[in-house]
Amino acid sequence: MQQFIQNLAEKNQHQVTHLLEILREIQARYHHIPADAIEQLALLLKIPRTQIISVVEFYSFFTDSPRGQYELLISDSITDHMLGKKNLMEYIVSKLKVGVGGVRSDGLVSLDNTSCSGMCDQGPAGLVNGHALTHLDRSRIDTIAELINQQIPLADWPAEFFQVDDNIHKPGLLLSQGIVHGQALKKAMARGLKATLQEIDQSGLRGRGGAGFKTAMKWQFCSEEAENERYVVCNADEGEPGTFKDRVLLNSYAHQVFEGMTLCAAIIGAKQGFLYLRGEYLHLVDKLQSVLDERRQFGLLGNNILDRLDFDIEIRLGAGAYICGEESALIESLEGKAGIPRNRPPYPVSQGYLGKPTVVNNVETFYAAAAIAVNGGDWFASVGTAKSKGSKILSICGDCARPGIYEYPFGTTMQKILTDCGAEDVLGLQIGGPSGTFISNQEFDRKLAFEDLATGGSFIVFNNSRNILDIAHNFTHFFAHESCGFCTPCRVGTSLLRQQLDKIVDGHGSAGDVVALEELCQLVKTHSHCGLGQTAANPVLTTLERYPELYQSQLKLISYEPGFDLDAALETARRMANRDDAGAHLAQTDAE
Amino acid sequence: MTKTITIDGNAIPFEDGQTIMDAATAAGVYIPHLCHHPEYTPHGSCKLCTVRVNGRVCSACTFPAAEGQDVLNNTKDLNDDRQKITQMLFVEGNHFCPSCEKTGNCQLQAVAYYLNMLDDHFPHFYAHREMDASHHDVLIDHNRCIFCTLCVRASQQKDGKDVFAISGRGINKHLIVNSKSGQLKDTDLEASDQAAHICPTGAILIKRTGYTVPIGERIYDHKQIDEVSLASEAEDHG
Ligand SMILES: Cc1cc2nc3c(=O)[nH]c(=O)nc-3n(C[C@H](O)[C@H](O)[C@H](O)COP(=O)(O)O)c2cc1C
Ligand code: SF4
Ligand code: SF4
Ligand code: FES
Repeated sequence: MQQFIQNLAEKNQHQVTHLLEILREIQARYHHIPADAIEQLALLLKIPRTQIISVVEFYSFFTDSPRGQYELLISDSITDHMLGKKNLMEYIVSKLKVGVGGVRSDGLVSLDNTSCSGMCDQGPAGLVNGHALTHLDRSRIDTIAELINQQIPLADWPAEFFQVDDNIHKPGLLLSQGIVHGQALKKAMARGLKATLQEIDQSGLRGRGGAGFKTAMKWQFCSEEAENERYVVCNADEGEPGTFKDRVLLNSYAHQVFEGMTLCAAIIGAKQGFLYLRGEYLHLVDKLQSVLDERRQFGLLGNNILDRLDFDIEIRLGAGAYICGEESALIESLEGKAGIPRNRPPYPVSQGYLGKPTVVNNVETFYAAAAIAVNGGDWFASVGTAKSKGSKILSICGDCARPGIYEYPFGTTMQKILTDCGAEDVLGLQIGGPSGTFISNQEFDRKLAFEDLATGGSFIVFNNSRNILDIAHNFTHFFAHESCGFCTPCRVGTSLLRQQLDKIVDGHGSAGDVVALEELCQLVKTHSHCGLGQTAANPVLTTLERYPELYQSQLKLISYEPGFDLDAALETARRMANRDDAGAHLAQTDAE
Repeated sequence: MTKTITIDGNAIPFEDGQTIMDAATAAGVYIPHLCHHPEYTPHGSCKLCTVRVNGRVCSACTFPAAEGQDVLNNTKDLNDDRQKITQMLFVEGNHFCPSCEKTGNCQLQAVAYYLNMLDDHFPHFYAHREMDASHHDVLIDHNRCIFCTLCVRASQQKDGKDVFAISGRGINKHLIVNSKSGQLKDTDLEASDQAAHICPTGAILIKRTGYTVPIGERIYDHKQIDEVSLASEAEDHG
């Protein structure tokens, strides 16, 4: 192992910023991060061991105790559940003879849940040693169990198990006309960089990652900073459950995304860019590397791009942490640390990666910017609404006949979208993912727009067979699992929220518990440090607002019930006293 | 001409580079806080110092003071919320004040008194946390850690060491120490280090000194935390 780690450190030039890369390789080889590896790395990288431990313990894909040689993770998105995940998981447990969270006694396989893996249109999905598995069903599990028992290397598993489809059903403004490689850069140089920034401003392009900040303004601010080192970062963390459009853009339109990044570099004056790719998209890495190589060969990346510019792009992988989509947490992660959101100000445009001015944009933002550089601002601005220009690429999943990728002009109604994707008997939909909004079937005349229903791309359809509380429950657990734990209101609040909602959903709630739930929601929303905590209560708040009677009907008629089961709490005492008679049991309440 | 902000309607002078907390403390205005200490880089994690700046919720300890800010601090709404945030800290760990050596000297307890906290409000987590009594002079009781990182910062910024760190994610956050064994005795911590004395709660204690000052004569036994805090911190902020 010593030699392996030594080589790894050398390969990464002993750079602390590459800590995640190094740990990813150690995990892949040893299926955990051995304590000795941490000791050795601390010496090699000249950092305290605690810094490495805190990274290992932060990211879901790193473990300090050994996992199986085949690390199997099953996606826990609501859409996986709608496709029968619970049942399937029980089957996996019985077939592979390993419990959820456990490692089989022969050490061959381990099993666990993982947050949405970004395959909602082709689930139930999972990951094996980091590689995406799609369309899981009983027959595939049977085969997988055999493959594992015979210790067949992943490379020899059936290729269709790993097949990831684009499923583009409705191309629009951007997807229907790609640009020729290099065209955006050439046009920008010919037009002039200032004038090109003007075009992007004119286009009205706003960030596609969710917050909707004006892209031209971000680039302008960054370029005005008095520093000579700047960075461009493409946010491909795509962790919001139900979002998978960046995966498709990177699979089939990576050239245009990288061109958008290079354009940004030219405008702000950056020499180095990063694509921060979520670990779940490991399957894309080789392909993306070859696109980068191609661009270097075409003279569109590297030194002397079009005789004007030096700029290169490095791909960095995440390791299972939704919070790393938040731009300042992402930057921390790029620096080799736990993904904890920074205090702002300063904003990344003035102090980002390594303290230098940094533009962080979503994949789709760069993709659109490249097209705008070619076609001009007016072309883009002629589509959409007054406040939301252009089009939005949606990833649609859930209860519809044709899940996949759809592109619409801003201003399109929900009804139109639902009809296109073949959704019937709809109860409601979740737009913007768990951090977004639930809307009921009374609101389908509402519009896709920053000023009405904004979304980073997630669009999940629920039909009338679904239970609203199951949805709120799944999302609320997601946030509690993904909270980074930095600030009190979110660290403690999301766990309290999970408990309080579980209490109500499990039928242990009593009068006052819904009020307490709402009060807690407001507290977490108002006081949390970053967008995760500020939106973690949305699943409860937006459903509670629309279906208050549903929550109330879960409550018992008594005025107070303790948060725990009295009788169950006596179990240990009963065991110790070896009693199980009536006198050793307590009724929860006699008010019923 | 000095620049000013207003806090609860009163004009408060500030200098460029000061946070709202700095300006308030220098002017004798108390804003509740736990993870903030004037000698260390602000952290902004406990959220006790939450104020409203022109309507927007901000952490006073990290937010830069700027001309035109109308800050709300000592309002019923904010203090109610601060009380609930304090209650969150109480239920997250295991704080049995009557049996804690730190009682009366504890800032968490004192802030709770200041905010008129009379119960825990939320259900307890009953987290299972360990003690580390391995070190000859210093004890860690993880039950009382609120992850303020003051010990982490003090060790780095004052002692020139790296004894402590916060690890884990979400509700699994925990304090770790820098030794191969994971035990405090194998770190280079000394009882004279600032890091051993900075803890606002009873999570890091110096051994054999717990009752040198009797209960009843301790820092917060007769004074509220606002008075104590301003008296000791106003200097540093000035
Ligand atoms: C918890 C959280 C997760 C986020 N995840 C993503 C993400 O996966 N992708 C993304 O582009 N933006 C994400 N964002 C938004 C980013 O912080 C940032 O606003 C965005 O990358 C800016 O790019 P844009 O202006 O092009 O949208 C997230 C924000 C929060 C608070
Ligand atoms: S709101 Fe949640 S995710 Fe954001 S900093 Fe606080 S604990 Fe971390
Ligand atoms: S031990 Fe004390 S000083 Fe250190 S993080 Fe915990 S509460 Fe803060
Ligand atoms: S004192 Fe400001 S967040 Fe803790």
